[in-house]
Amino acid sequence: MSSHEHAASLVHRDDVGARMGMWLFLFTELLLFGGMFLLYSVYRFTNQAEFHLAAKELNTVIGTFNTIILLTSSLTMALSIAAIQKNNVNLSIFFQLVTVLLGLAFMVNKYFEWTAKFHHGIYPGSEELLVKSPGEILFFGLYYVMTGLHGLHVLIGMVIILFMTSFTIKGVITRDSYVKLESAGLYWHLVDIIWIFLFPLFYLIT
Amino acid sequence: MSVDVAALSTNGHTSYIDFQGKHKGVLGWLLSTDHKRIGILYLIAILTFFAVGVTIGFFMRLELIAPGKTIMNPQTYNSLFTLHGVIMIFLFVIPGIPAIFGNFFLPILIGAKDVAFPRLNLFSWYLYIFGALLAVLSILLPGGPADTGWTFYIPYSVRTGTNVLLALFAAFVLGFSSILTGLNFVTTVHRLRAPGMGWFKMPLSVWSLYATAWVQILATPIIGITLLLVVIERVFGVGLFDPALGGDPVLYQHLFWIYSHPAVYIMILPAMGVVSEIIPVFAQRTIFGYKFIAYSSIAIALFGSLVWAHHMFTAGMSNTGQFIFSLLTMIVAIPSAIKVFNWTATLYKGSIWVTPPLLYVLAFIFLFSIGGLTGIMQGVLSIDIHVHDTSFIVAHFHYVMFGGTGFGIFAAFHYWFPKMFGRMYNIKTAKAAFWFLFIGFNLLYFPMFIMGWLGMPRRYYDYLPEYQPFHLISTVGSWILIVGLIIMFANLIYALKKGKVTAEKNPWGGETLEWKVDTPPIHENFHTIPIVTERPYEYKNNDLILNQEVK
Repeated sequence: MSSHEHAASLVHRDDVGARMGMWLFLFTELLLFGGMFLLYSVYRFTNQAEFHLAAKELNTVIGTFNTIILLTSSLTMALSIAAIQKNNVNLSIFFQLVTVLLGLAFMVNKYFEWTAKFHHGIYPGSEELLVKSPGEILFFGLYYVMTGLHGLHVLIGMVIILFMTSFTIKGVITRDSYVKLESAGLYWHLVDIIWIFLFPLFYLIT
Repeated sequence: MSVDVAALSTNGHTSYIDFQGKHKGVLGWLLSTDHKRIGILYLIAILTFFAVGVTIGFFMRLELIAPGKTIMNPQTYNSLFTLHGVIMIFLFVIPGIPAIFGNFFLPILIGAKDVAFPRLNLFSWYLYIFGALLAVLSILLPGGPADTGWTFYIPYSVRTGTNVLLALFAAFVLGFSSILTGLNFVTTVHRLRAPGMGWFKMPLSVWSLYATAWVQILATPIIGITLLLVVIERVFGVGLFDPALGGDPVLYQHLFWIYSHPAVYIMILPAMGVVSEIIPVFAQRTIFGYKFIAYSSIAIALFGSLVWAHHMFTAGMSNTGQFIFSLLTMIVAIPSAIKVFNWTATLYKGSIWVTPPLLYVLAFIFLFSIGGLTGIMQGVLSIDIHVHDTSFIVAHFHYVMFGGTGFGIFAAFHYWFPKMFGRMYNIKTAKAAFWFLFIGFNLLYFPMFIMGWLGMPRRYYDYLPEYQPFHLISTVGSWILIVGLIIMFANLIYALKKGKVTAEKNPWGGETLEWKVDTPPIHENFHTIPIVTERPYEYKNNDLILNQEVK
C-alpha cells in the first residue's frame, strides 16, 4: 500500500474502502437471494412439468415491461453519477429522481400484477391454489416470496436514492466526493441484476 | 499528517477510558465510535448473556442429576435447552472474540487508528442489543419461550405455539450485526494496515479474524433468508418446506447447515488466532510455521463451508452425497491439525513461562484435540449413524466450542486484561480458577461421550437408571466448573477496581504492536502511526540462545 493511500485514511475518508465495503455488502445480498435460488433450482428439478404449467399463468408482457423499466432505471442511475462527475448537479438530481420514478413505475406494475393474481384466487393458502398440484403451489409460493423480497429491495433502493438526492441538494455529494451516490448506484444495479435472473426463471422458461 | 491537532494537544496522552469526546458520562460510551469503547460495550453485553446461558445450563444439569422429573417439567426443559443454545451460540460464542477482542485489538494489531467504518461498528453493537432484547422478549411474552432447539427444525418450528417468531427474528437481527462486523474487519484489514505491514507481517490473530470475517459475510446471509422463510411459513403458510404442499423439510436442514456449519468456524477460528498469538509470547520464541498457520485459517474457512451436510447423514441423502460430505469432513481436519502441530512445535525447546493465559491456551489445545478427533469420528458414516442425536454429539461440540472457543476467550481475557484496563489481576487466583475450570469441564462433559456411546439421547429430560452414574458425575462437574467461573470473573472484576495499577507497556514481553502502545491505549491508539519493518514474533534474545545451542 502506498503511503499516499494511507494518508487518505487518516482524515477518515477512504473512497476505495467505502466502495469495498459496499461490494462486500452486495455479496451478502447475493447470498441472501442465493438461498432462494437454491430452493428454486431444487424444486424446478423435482417438479418440471408443474413448473412448466404454472409459469404459463404469469403475464409475460408485464414482466417484459418491468424489465425494460428497471434496465432504463439502471441507465439513469449511471447517468446521474456521470453528471455529478462533470459537476452538473441539477442534471444529476434530475436523473436520480427519474430513477426513483422508474422504480415507482415498477412497483405499480407489480401491484397490478399481484392483485390480478389475487383476483384469480392465486395466493398462499387460497382454495384455488390448494387444489392445484404441489409443484404449482411451490411455483407460486416461490413467485410470491422471491418477487416480494425483490420488491422490498426496490422500495429500499428508492428510499436510499431519495436520501442521496437530498445529500446532493445539500451539497454533501459533490464532484469530489460522490462515493455515497456511487454506492447507492451499486445497490440499485444489484436490485436490477436480481430481477434479470428472476424474469427468465419465472416468466420466460415455460 | 492530517491528525486533528486540537485533539492531540488536549487529549493526546489520555487513555481511551479517560478520553473526553463530544458526549459526557454514559453517553460518551453509548455513542462512542472508538473501536476500543465499542469492544468494552460488547464485553459487558456478551458476558451478561454468558452468565444467563451458564445459569440455564446449570439448571438443565440439575434436572438431569436423577432419572424422572427432578426440578422441572419436560416443556420447561425443552425451552431451557433451546434458550441455552440460542443464547450461547448467537449471543456469546459467535460474537465473542471478534466483537470484544477483534474490535479492541484488530486496529491496534495492524497499526490503525480505528476500524474502516467506525459508525457502522457502533451500529452493529446496537443491532446486537436489539437482537438480544428480542430474544429476551421471546422468553417473557405470553406463549412461552421457543422450544424447538436452536436449530429451529421444520416442521416443529412452524407448528409449535411458543414464541418462535420472536426468537427467529432475534437470530436474524443478530446475523445482521455479525455480517456488519465481518464487512468492517475485511475492509479494515485491506485498507488500514500501517505502512510496511504486508500480508505476511500481520499477526496471526489478524489472519484468523480476517478469515472469520469472510465466513461471516458469505455464510450469514443464508441463515438470514432461511430464518426469514420460516417466518414466512409461519405467517403465510406458503408451504416451501411443507410436504403436504410439495415442499421438502430436508431442504430446510440443508439451508440451515449451509450457514450453521461454517458458523462453527466463525466460533473457533478467532480462538485459534488468540492461541497463535499467546503461544510464541510465553514460549518466548518465534512461532513455528507462520505461513502454514496463516494459510490454514483460510483453508479452514474454505473447506469448512463445504461440509454442512455431515449434520444430516441420518436425514436422507444419496450415497454419493454422504460419501462426498464425509470425505470433505476428513479434509477439513487437516488444516486444524496443521495448527495444532505448529503450536506444539513452537512450544518445543521454547523457554516456557507458565502464566494464566498460557494455561488456558494449553487447555485449549488439549480440549480442542479431543473435540476435534471425536468430530472426525462423527464424520465416519457408520459411527455417525450410531451416535447421531446422542449426548456424544453434545460432548463433542462442548469440547470444541467451550473447551476450544470458551477457553480461548478466557485466555484472551488474561492475556490482554492488563493492556485493556491498565491493571493486573492476581496471578495465583487466576491459576486456581483455571484448575477448577479444567477439572470441572472434563467431569462435566467427558461422561457425555461415554453415555452417548451407550445410547443416551440428547435433549431428553428423563433417562433410564443405568445412565445415572454418568449424569451424576456430569452434574457435579458442572458445579465445579461454575465455581471456577465465579473465581475467575471475581478475580478479574476485583482487579478492575483494586488490582495493581500498571502503566507498563509490555508486561508479557510480546512482540506485536499492541504491546508498543500506551497502557491503556490512548484515544486513537498511536501517537504516530508506526512503520512496520519486521515480521511479528521476532524474538531476538531467543535466537541468541538458539545459536549458542547450535554452537
